[in-house]
Amino acid sequence: MLTAPAAAENCLVRNEWVCGEYFRTRAPQLTDALWEHIAITVVSVLLGLVLAFPLALLARRYRRLEGVVVGVTTAIYTIPSLALFALLLPLTSLTPTTVVIGLALYSLTILVRNMIEGLKAVPADVRESALGMGYGRQRMLFRVELPLALPTIMAGLRVAAVSTVALTTVGAIVGYGGLGNLLLEAVDSQFRAQVLAAGALCVVLAVSFDLVLVLAQRLMTPWTRAGERS
Amino acid sequence: MLQGLLDWFSDPVNWQGEDGVLNRLVEHGLLTLTATVVAAMVGLPVAIWLGHLGRGGVLAVNISNVGRAVPTFAVLLLLALGPIGTSYFGPYGRAGLATLVALVLFALPPIITNAYVGMREVNRDMVEAAQGMGMTGRQVLATVEVPLALPLIMTGLRLAVVQVWATATIAALVAGPGLGRIVTLGFVRQDVAQVVGGALVIAVIALLLEVLLVAAQALLDPVARARRTSAALGSAATQS
Repeated sequence: MLTAPAAAENCLVRNEWVCGEYFRTRAPQLTDALWEHIAITVVSVLLGLVLAFPLALLARRYRRLEGVVVGVTTAIYTIPSLALFALLLPLTSLTPTTVVIGLALYSLTILVRNMIEGLKAVPADVRESALGMGYGRQRMLFRVELPLALPTIMAGLRVAAVSTVALTTVGAIVGYGGLGNLLLEAVDSQFRAQVLAAGALCVVLAVSFDLVLVLAQRLMTPWTRAGERS
Repeated sequence: MLQGLLDWFSDPVNWQGEDGVLNRLVEHGLLTLTATVVAAMVGLPVAIWLGHLGRGGVLAVNISNVGRAVPTFAVLLLLALGPIGTSYFGPYGRAGLATLVALVLFALPPIITNAYVGMREVNRDMVEAAQGMGMTGRQVLATVEVPLALPLIMTGLRLAVVQVWATATIAALVAGPGLGRIVTLGFVRQDVAQVVGGALVIAVIALLLEVLLVAAQALLDPVARARRTSAALGSAATQS
């Protein structure tokens, strides 16, 4: 792969922070790590979303449960990621499941709060009008309340997605950290170009997720822009 | 599993020496305390002053978004491989200085954003009333704005402490100091009891910190205190 005279003089050998040669020679590893990172992030946030929804509905239905749900999720959120993955180890061992469960629990905390808040903020008179028009409980939830709560829920989803991208790196402790695996590798090898590339890619990935979610929100809530145009 | 865990906790070897719980606990506590104090000394004056002037809001609020997007692991590693390096730094342990710098960086966003928002959310009528009474800018800042912003300022500090405690555990991934070392060493030795034992110590202290700080916040908050006194004086205290 490397010809001897050229190898002696490139930026990989000099261990420089910025190195074009790194991207050329390690493209497959970078792409694999990136895909693993994306997969872990997406699955974790989606799992968090799926779990948060019924919990938020329960919390709204039974006032007393709201304190319990918010309290327990906040307590989980306080546990540092490295410790949370370590605590899950006896249950799920060195698998991606350990990372996904941990990250889903963090997302869940952010999402459940924003869902409760968003649903609470639906004006009472809007709810009454819907009732007056003969809307049942379920139709009101999906056609009136959730659409109105969507901006708050999406704000939570953005925070969850961005912080999950960053936290996925810690999954390297059980061998499934996406770009974090490349970071952990570089601890012993002191491979600077790899650290900077993996770190920068994490930030780019987080910003991309944020942009996609902003775009999705604009598409899903066309009524919020009606005022701007007219 | 449970028996293994009990054995691990009751073995004195796991508590003593450089890799023992006690030494790592001291490192972790010192790191958390120092980083939070430094971040507060740097961040609070800036945020309070910007909030008082009503300037720099975009920066003060977005710094938190930036802090969320940047992986702590990458920053710790960047600093450890940089000029500060991984040398020992007094009682802060291996790569102590690099870890401290990273911790301060990650403590700043919650402190700055919350203090700034707290200052901006102070009722403008109160500020104008204070100015109308002839108070100078500094007097308004010290006797009206900061006391009213104190709940959010304290929230920022609490979030910073919890964030720093969590980030300090990740220092272990770059062979740095702190309680995370017990967990990473457990992984290396394939000793599940050590991994879980170390994680339990980290998690339980994190929860204790959160609970204690929430309680301290409730006790120190001047607005809530005034409300409690007036509620006690008045007949029908409303649920808040």
